[in-house]
Amino acid sequence: MRHILSILIENEAGALSRVVGLFSARAYNIDSLTVSTTEDPTLSRMTIVTHGSDEVIEQITKQLNKLIEVVKVIDLNESEHVEREMMLIKVRAAGKDREEMKRMTDIFRGRIIDVTEKTYTVELTGTSDKLNAFIDALDRTVILETVRTGASGIGRGERILKV
Amino acid sequence: MQISGAEIVVRCLQEEGVEFVFGYPGGAVLEIYDAIFQQDSFRHVLVRHEQAAVHAADGYSRSSNKVGVALVTSGPGATNAVTGIATAYSDSIPMVVISGQVGTPAIGLDAFQEVDMVGITRPCVKHNFLVKDVNDLAATMKKAFYIASTGRPGPVVVDIPKDVTIAKTDFQYPDSVNIRSYVPINKGHPGQIKKAVNLLGEAKRPFVYVGGGAVLANASEEVRELVRLINAPCTNTLMGLGAYPGTDPQFVGMLGMHGTYEANMAMQYCDVLVAIGARFDDRVISVPSHFLAQPKKIIHIDIDPSSIAKRVKVDIPIVGNVKDVLVEMIAQLKAGDVRPDAEALGNWWTQVEAWRAPQSLWFDQPEDIIKPQFVVQKLWEVTGGDAIVTSDVGQHQMFAAQYYKFDRPKQWINSGGLGTMGFGLPAAMGAQLANPDATVACITGEASIQMNIQELSTCKQYHVPVKIVNLNNRYLGMVRQWQEFFYGNRYSESYMDALPDFVKLAEAYGHVGMRIERPADVEPALREAMKLKERLVFLDFLTDQKANVFPMVGNGKGLNQMDLPPHMRDLQLGVPPYDRDYGNLS
Repeated sequence: MRHILSILIENEAGALSRVVGLFSARAYNIDSLTVSTTEDPTLSRMTIVTHGSDEVIEQITKQLNKLIEVVKVIDLNESEHVEREMMLIKVRAAGKDREEMKRMTDIFRGRIIDVTEKTYTVELTGTSDKLNAFIDALDRTVILETVRTGASGIGRGERILKV
Repeated sequence: MQISGAEIVVRCLQEEGVEFVFGYPGGAVLEIYDAIFQQDSFRHVLVRHEQAAVHAADGYSRSSNKVGVALVTSGPGATNAVTGIATAYSDSIPMVVISGQVGTPAIGLDAFQEVDMVGITRPCVKHNFLVKDVNDLAATMKKAFYIASTGRPGPVVVDIPKDVTIAKTDFQYPDSVNIRSYVPINKGHPGQIKKAVNLLGEAKRPFVYVGGGAVLANASEEVRELVRLINAPCTNTLMGLGAYPGTDPQFVGMLGMHGTYEANMAMQYCDVLVAIGARFDDRVISVPSHFLAQPKKIIHIDIDPSSIAKRVKVDIPIVGNVKDVLVEMIAQLKAGDVRPDAEALGNWWTQVEAWRAPQSLWFDQPEDIIKPQFVVQKLWEVTGGDAIVTSDVGQHQMFAAQYYKFDRPKQWINSGGLGTMGFGLPAAMGAQLANPDATVACITGEASIQMNIQELSTCKQYHVPVKIVNLNNRYLGMVRQWQEFFYGNRYSESYMDALPDFVKLAEAYGHVGMRIERPADVEPALREAMKLKERLVFLDFLTDQKANVFPMVGNGKGLNQMDLPPHMRDLQLGVPPYDRDYGNLS
C-alpha cells in the first residue's frame, strides 16, 4: 500500500544521504522524495512516498526514527491529510493541437507559464493521481518534457508536525 | 588560552576518562599524535593494522563498562578500520573512532589518502561526524561519546580534517549534551509491564530468552532474579552468554543454529516467552513462520523499537532499558498476586529435563586424537571457569560457546553479528589491557588467527600475556562442515596447505609456543601455559579434522528439526502432547 511519510530532520550536511542510504540499504522503496528547509532554518521537512506491507512501513518508520538527526516521523496515511505535487510539462502546441492544449490545461486548472510558437509549458498542481490523469489524457507524442516535484503532504485540520 | 584542534582532541579524551587509545599514525593525524606525545593521562597502543585497533578498542569496551577509542589516519587507515567498525555496530558496542581527514580545502579533490569516511561508514555506525570547524570540535566529541554510550550503544566516527587539528580556539568541554532529535527511552511503559506480569502468571510453560542487550545493560542480576522468581528455564543467545550463569541448573544452554537440544525444544514449545535484549535473528530463528506455528505468547523487552517485530511478531512489546524494565517487572511480580501454576510448571520442568537427559553436547574423546570440544572443556576446568574468553569465527567459536560455561557477563567476547574472522586476538588484547589481572584466552582456529596474526607483535610491545588456544584442524572448519552436509563432500578451497609452524612463529615474535598433539597432553599444556602469567603463550592444538558442531538447525529448518549428534540419532525422543502439526512449514 502507498504511504506518505512526513519527516522533520535536522538541516545538516549529510542528513539527506542518511535517509536515502537507509532506504537503499534495507531494500525499501522510494516512490518520491521532496525536501526543503522549514520556517526554522535548522530544520528540514521531508516527504517520502513509499509503498510496502504494514510490517515494512512499521519498520521504515522505526528505522527512520532511529537516525540520530531525525526529529519526528509521521505516517500521513494514519489520518486525514492533503497532498500536492507540482508538475511542469512542456508540450507540442502547434496547429490544431494548440487550441486543444489550452482547453486541456483549463480543464485540469493548470496554467500556461511559457509559450513559444510551437510549445506551451504548463504548470499543474494537485495530487499525484491528478497529474497522472493529465498525462494520460494527452497524446504521448505531444509531451516533450515533464518535471515533477514529488508529493508534499500535510495533516488536515489542526494536527501539526513540529518539534 | 587558545589551543589547537589536536590538543582539543586530547583534552576531550582526558575529560571522558579514556585510559587507552588504540591506533596507528599517519599524515592526517600527525598533529594529534604530536599532542598525544605531550600528554600522559592515557596510553596509546600502537597496533600493527588499523582493523586490529578497532577490534582492540571493541574488546576493551566489551570487557569493561567503558567506551572504546580508536584513532586512525585518513584514506587506507580509515578504510582498514571499517571492518572493525561494522563488527562493533553489529553487536552494539559503544566506541568512538577518530579518523584523520585531508585538509578541508582538499576535500573532494581526490587528494592523497582521501576517502569519504563519513560516506563509507554511514551504514555501519550509530552516527558519524565530519568536523569542519575547530570551534565545533569539543562539542562534537562530547556528542560522540554520549551517542555511543546511551540508548542502544554503537560506534560513532569523528572524521577530523588536518587543518582543523592545526587551527586554534578556546577550549571548553560541555558539561552535558542535549540533542533534540535523540532522546533514548529508558523506562518501560508501566501498562505494558503490567500486562507482561499478568501473562507470566498464566504461563504453563514459561521460557526466558536472554540476548546481548542484557549484557550491555548490565542487567545480569535482574535477569537472574526474574528467572528464579518465575522458576522458568532460561537460555542465552551467543551474545548473551554469561548474562544468566552457565552452571546454573535453570540454564539450558545456548539456543539457535548450534544450540542445545533442550534449549531449542523449550524455545519452540514454550507457551509464554520472555525475550530480553535479544532480536530473534536468523541464527536463532531460521523460519519465523515455523516458530510461530507452535502457539505461544511473546513478551519482548528491548531498548530499540526497530528490533521489535522486525522478524517475529510479538504480543507484548516493551521498549526500554532492559535493566529498568526488569526492575519494574520484578517489583510488580513480588507485589502482585500473580501465582504461577505449580503443577503446570512441574510438568514443564519434567519435559525440559527429559530433553536435557540425552546430553546433546556429549562427545567421545578417544586416546589418539584431540577433539576440539575436549580442549575447550579442559580450558574451562583449568581456568576455573573464570577466564575472559575471546574467539574468532567458525567451529571453534561454537565449541567455545557450547563448552565454556560462562557464569558472568562480559566474560565472553565474540563477533556474533558480523562474524568477523580476525577478531579474537586484537579483542583479547583490548580485554587484557582493560583487565590486567584476569586470565584472557583467545580460542581461535588456524585460519582465523592468521587474519590478524601481526598483533602478536603488539602483544609483545605492550606485554599482553593472552593465552592463544588454537584449535588447528587444517581446515576452515565451519566451511568444511557445510561442504560435508550440503555440498556432497566437495571441500572447495577449505583446506589450508602450507600452514606456518605456529610454535616457531610465536617464538619469532618473542612469545612462548607449544604444540599439543595427544589428548593426554591437553590438560598439562594448559596448566603450564597458565603458570606463565607474564607471557603470551600460543598453544597450537592439532585437533580432529572431521569434528562437526552439533546439534545443528540447518537453514530453513525449525528449532525442533535439529540435526542431532550421532549418539542421539537412534533414541526415541518423541514429541510433547502440545506439538502441533506443522504441515508444509519447514
